Amino acid sequence: MLGYILRRLAGFLPVLFVIVSLSFFMMRLAPGGPFDQERALPEQVRANIEARYHLDEPLWRQYLRYLGEVAQGDLGPSFRYPDRSVNELLGLGFPVSLTLGLCALTVALALGGTAGILAGLRRNSVLDYLTMSVALGGVSVPNFVLGPILMLVFALGLHWLPVAGWGTWRHLILPSVTLGTFYAAYVARLTRAGMLEVIGQDFIRTARAKGLREATVVLRHALPGAILPVITYLGPASAAILTGSVVVETIFSIPGIGRYFVGGALNRDYTMVLGTVVFFSVLLLFFNLIVDILYAYLDPRVQVR
Amino acid sequence: MRRGQATSGAAPLQGTHDIPHSAFRNPQSRRSGASPWQDAFRRLRRNGPAMLGLGILTAFVLAAVLAPWIAPYPFDRTNLRYGARPPSPTHLLGTDELGRDLFTRILYGARISFAVGILATLVSLTIGVAYGSIAGSAGGRADHLMMRVVDILYGLPFMFFVIILMVIFGRNILNLFVALGAVQWLTMARIVRGQVLSLKAREFVLSALAIGVSPARLLVRHVLPNALGPIVVYATLTVPAVMLEEAFLSFLGLGVQPPMASWGSLASEGSAAMESYPWLILFPGLALTVTLLALNFLGDGLRDALDPQMTAAR
Repeated sequence: MLGYILRRLAGFLPVLFVIVSLSFFMMRLAPGGPFDQERALPEQVRANIEARYHLDEPLWRQYLRYLGEVAQGDLGPSFRYPDRSVNELLGLGFPVSLTLGLCALTVALALGGTAGILAGLRRNSVLDYLTMSVALGGVSVPNFVLGPILMLVFALGLHWLPVAGWGTWRHLILPSVTLGTFYAAYVARLTRAGMLEVIGQDFIRTARAKGLREATVVLRHALPGAILPVITYLGPASAAILTGSVVVETIFSIPGIGRYFVGGALNRDYTMVLGTVVFFSVLLLFFNLIVDILYAYLDPRVQVR
Repeated sequence: MRRGQATSGAAPLQGTHDIPHSAFRNPQSRRSGASPWQDAFRRLRRNGPAMLGLGILTAFVLAAVLAPWIAPYPFDRTNLRYGARPPSPTHLLGTDELGRDLFTRILYGARISFAVGILATLVSLTIGVAYGSIAGSAGGRADHLMMRVVDILYGLPFMFFVIILMVIFGRNILNLFVALGAVQWLTMARIVRGQVLSLKAREFVLSALAIGVSPARLLVRHVLPNALGPIVVYATLTVPAVMLEEAFLSFLGLGVQPPMASWGSLASEGSAAMESYPWLILFPGLALTVTLLALNFLGDGLRDALDPQMTAAR
């Protein structure tokens, strides 16, 4: 197992190299620099700014410099916030985005998992049809439509929850639901399908024949097999939740990484955008590794080599 | 759907060597005298939700195409003194703060949203089919390497690359098509490669090889037409995904730029003003949701009709 993890970690290096190089050259090939759009600066001021950010060096040297810095974990200074480094900004935003992402994932798994198990156990019942219709609807409502509507109803209309912002657990509810609903719907469909597949198998009949309680049969015997497709889906889902949090953070004015990224993209803050992409890629690679390990743990047929 | 019918007319699917393999997998569903495509269409017609989805989509696409004729007002006419008012007989869905008719704007927005959905899907279709069929035909180490690249790309946060592309090449609509299409081809490539690999081992390919058909012709004439079912199904499911991504980008201000509007940018403007004028977010959001639901219904129906064995690709 340890050997497998080490080999996977070693495999991250070429992938990260490609990501960093690709994003770097994509950003630098862009016509116009981050300081072009403002009023025409005096020649000397402009030269000084470019010298400060090493923009006057040849491209290959900038590239090597950036690679070296990234290898040491330094993502450079932000062009937009001159006195802050990208590392500082990510450090400020990450705990916020992580909290939001984990809450959304919890909503998705708890809500979707429960709905999927119940629907799978009572196949073709009213409950089944009802859950699956709601799930289909949930997959079709974009989060940037759901978010404002939830805000309109529960914050502006009923005054139950704060409209936007960050700080208390009450601020977390609407954004987590907004972000988690789509995945809850998808998880519900996956869990139901997995449940249907597992529940008809011999070992379930054996478990029932032994006289185990129904709850034990479902939770201890059926569930680990039924949620395997959900575990597989966790990899892409976490990627999508990261992306989705960009919109949700914008809607609810949450000071997470997503807002820095959008701000950076709109203002051509190269180092900020590059840094966010690199950071998210590392995060995703690790998350996929964890998912694979979890998968091997749940399904003894999968050999980790 | 239209694409499915068109191909059934254009491609010679009647000959025994050209029957999609799904027809073999499910022999009892084949009737005498009906081509597999007609058969699939019959199955689709019996699928209520799919037909409902098809009906809604047809209506929406028609409305989008005919927008200049059926829109009650010019799309850029403002009336500042009139301002934002709720739905009324003169303005069916109300007006925005500049006094523009929302119904008209949604009609014109549909043109952009559908155009992006369809064109970006075509871009992804082209790349995915080319990549997947080359990998599948080549086989061996080239195939292994190409698919490894796809695996790696799968793990990346794609929307961020689209955003970078939009930042670099400017936020115009042509870039939007290309950027969205360029990141959507991975699953298509996997599907096509799998199809090509399984079809390569079949007798009709062997006999075509035996009579000296060139590899390129073999691929285009014999292999790809038989992989059409899964390709059509996945393309149908790509359209809603792309439309959603376009709306997502436009919502963030990185997609369609004013004075043009898509459903995403309408929703964005609406959410900024929703406290005072809730209809500005409700109706564009509703249009988008209904369309996505209809496309998902149709996609699922097509999958059941064309290839009963195929599992959800995502």
